[in-house]
Amino acid sequence: MSEAHAFPGPVVHQCDTLDQQRHAGELGMWTFLATEVMFFGGVFLAYTLYRMEHEAAFAEASGKMDLTLGTINTAVLLCSSLTMALAVHAAETARRAMLVACLTATMILGGAFLGIKFTEYYHKYEERLIPFLPPFDYAGPDRDEAAMFFDLYFVMTGIHALHMVIGLGLLAVLLAKAARGGLLGDYSSPVHVSGLYWHFVDIVWVFLFPFLYLIGARQAA
Amino acid sequence: MSEHAIEPTAASAGHHHIPPHPSVGILLTNFVALMLLLGATVAVAEINLGKGNFIAATAIAATKATLILLFFMNLAYSKPLTRLVACAAFFWLLILFGLSFSDYFARGWLE
Repeated sequence: MSEAHAFPGPVVHQCDTLDQQRHAGELGMWTFLATEVMFFGGVFLAYTLYRMEHEAAFAEASGKMDLTLGTINTAVLLCSSLTMALAVHAAETARRAMLVACLTATMILGGAFLGIKFTEYYHKYEERLIPFLPPFDYAGPDRDEAAMFFDLYFVMTGIHALHMVIGLGLLAVLLAKAARGGLLGDYSSPVHVSGLYWHFVDIVWVFLFPFLYLIGARQAA
Repeated sequence: MSEHAIEPTAASAGHHHIPPHPSVGILLTNFVALMLLLGATVAVAEINLGKGNFIAATAIAATKATLILLFFMNLAYSKPLTRLVACAAFFWLLILFGLSFSDYFARGWLE
């Protein structure tokens, strides 16, 4: 922010040391992420319970997922986590060019993920597999249970995509500051804290991918 | 504006105070491990293991999540309090799943 203008050093007046300030910021983000774990935990729980009740129908419906695009997207997101981690490293070791490059790469990869995700959504729209945009044209035997699967698919990947959009917003702010020479060394905390958020969203996808695209899908298809 | 301005501390005055963090080598190794695990989870899904597919996929996802938590999210280098808050998040998830499942599993017992 405007630390440089309001204070002579990187430490705001309510903190005694830079170390304490960093720790406070980190704890704040982790506390927020704990609420996010519960937020996503609820839909994961709903998914797991319905999957246990309608195992065959869910496996059949999973077979309609595009495994190639799903796998590519997982790889894209893991790459973005690497570039984010490298951005944190660059910020902490005060390397401006590398920080700008890594933040830019993370944004491009995040954007690519969303592009691939919406391509998949569009394919599902063309195949008429969106239960809340009738007609729902599902050919398999358990139509209602499959509708439940697709509802969960769109809700889970939808809130995940929303988190990605928010993450891209954070990255845009970081990039603007980094381009002006900020966020280096003692001022790198915002990069670290935003990185925690970005990696958390990655972890959510690490579970979404096998649950939605993989389990039982290949045997049923 | 800066009435509460404080003196720069010893740690921030001279050199950059860099908190403990993984090296670039560790970050790259972690990334390679994550990509290999992605390959493994896709490959294992091709084999019919029955219930084992769910267990294998969940175990691999949990391993990937742990690697991300430890090295990308710095928990391997963090202070104990940060680790405690992180563990608390997943402990609460355990309560959510544990109590919900105990309900669903026990539903047929009285019939």
